[in-house]
Amino acid sequence: MLAKRIIPCLDVKNGRVVKGTSFVNLRDAGDPVECGRRYSEEGADELVFLDITATLDVRQTVRKLAAAVGREVFIPYAIGGGIRTLDDIRALLQAGAEKISINTQAVRTPELITEGSEAFGNQAVVVAVDALRTGESWEVYVGAGTTPTGIDAIEWARQVERLGAGEILLTSIDADGHKAGYDCELTARVADAVSIPVIASGGAGGPEDIYRALTEGKADAALAASIFHYGQYSIREVKDYLRQRGVHVRT
Amino acid sequence: MIAIIDYGLGNLESVKYALDRLERASELTSDPERILSADGVILPGVGAFGRAMEMFGRRNLLEAAREAAGSGRPFMGICLGQQLLLSVSAEHGTHEGLDIIPGKVVRFGEDLTVPHMGWNQVRQDGPCPLLEGIADESFFYFAHSYYVVPGERAAAVGTTEYGRRFASVIQSGMVFGTQFHPEKSGPVGLRMLSNFCGLCDRSECTG
Repeated sequence: MLAKRIIPCLDVKNGRVVKGTSFVNLRDAGDPVECGRRYSEEGADELVFLDITATLDVRQTVRKLAAAVGREVFIPYAIGGGIRTLDDIRALLQAGAEKISINTQAVRTPELITEGSEAFGNQAVVVAVDALRTGESWEVYVGAGTTPTGIDAIEWARQVERLGAGEILLTSIDADGHKAGYDCELTARVADAVSIPVIASGGAGGPEDIYRALTEGKADAALAASIFHYGQYSIREVKDYLRQRGVHVRT
Repeated sequence: MIAIIDYGLGNLESVKYALDRLERASELTSDPERILSADGVILPGVGAFGRAMEMFGRRNLLEAAREAAGSGRPFMGICLGQQLLLSVSAEHGTHEGLDIIPGKVVRFGEDLTVPHMGWNQVRQDGPCPLLEGIADESFFYFAHSYYVVPGERAAAVGTTEYGRRFASVIQSGMVFGTQFHPEKSGPVGLRMLSNFCGLCDRSECTG
């Protein structure tokens, strides 16, 4: 039976992990490769690295990162940040990334989704959708959640699936960083609207939030950052909690 | 040396990283001579079936792959690489495969979340040297929308449940295929690749 996935997310800037990681006995808690390896040993099912280096060098740093992780980590990982062209996608996949994640660029040039999935298969193309609740619906934002697009998030999810996305990384801007739970209503609406996997993101404060995202939120996977980085919960603790409540997870 | 066939698509490096970790000499190559002189051959792959076969043709790799697979030396297809071993695929039309293992490649039903993406279990339905030392129902990493239906002469030695039970490890003599990615399946996957390398050692000894 297919297991639900737990995915730690690492923000990387100029080659260093930005948020804290509280692994004990880690030589260099700022090294993305070392953090990734540690999460992998702890039972993470997959990793997401988002390079937020805000310079033109981002393409170079992100490629280096993809290759450095690949040599050390033998579970799947996605990389996002600074991807603009098919060549960018090719370079990251060839360096060893299983998937790439595009967000702003997917809105700017939706054909990149199609080109990427035609060339490398749709399993390699993750479209990240950042959504802000406005009344009864959700609006897509780009530029790291700063710029409204006027696009309805549920409609956009359907559209990226049609264009060839293999997975949706769905972040609730409202919930992100508040540790008060995922926006399960948003997640369930998107999961119902598409037939590709949906990763819930934004708002994890503990194992019970992850449980809710994977059950009532209907997500295939849950992504979290702070609760793992600051050592509040280990991946194993989260998985034990889920298993006790009947959620199928990888042991 | 283990040859990793490079047909110009997708993520090939990660198989090499895994073999490096196992301290096994390997080489990404599209040179038929290197492929035919290797102790074993791995055909990796992600991407679309039709495009991959087109690249095979363009790089004159069709005969080399068939000859290597027919040589009795270990040969392993991974994910799309496994699917390419079969006769025909229904991915975006009808495409002929390498036809090393008779059978076809078909899509999962519309009622399922596709791609089948993530960690799923492999039930060991028959003896297979690649599965030595690996517990029954171990988890491996999958990412695919199509699966293989092997015909006669190939055994589905491992199967996985997703909407239906499908072949996730196939074997015909020394030709193996896995639908999952052992190179992305953590310690269990590395063990499987190590088992493959062990077979290559033996084939080297017996010539």
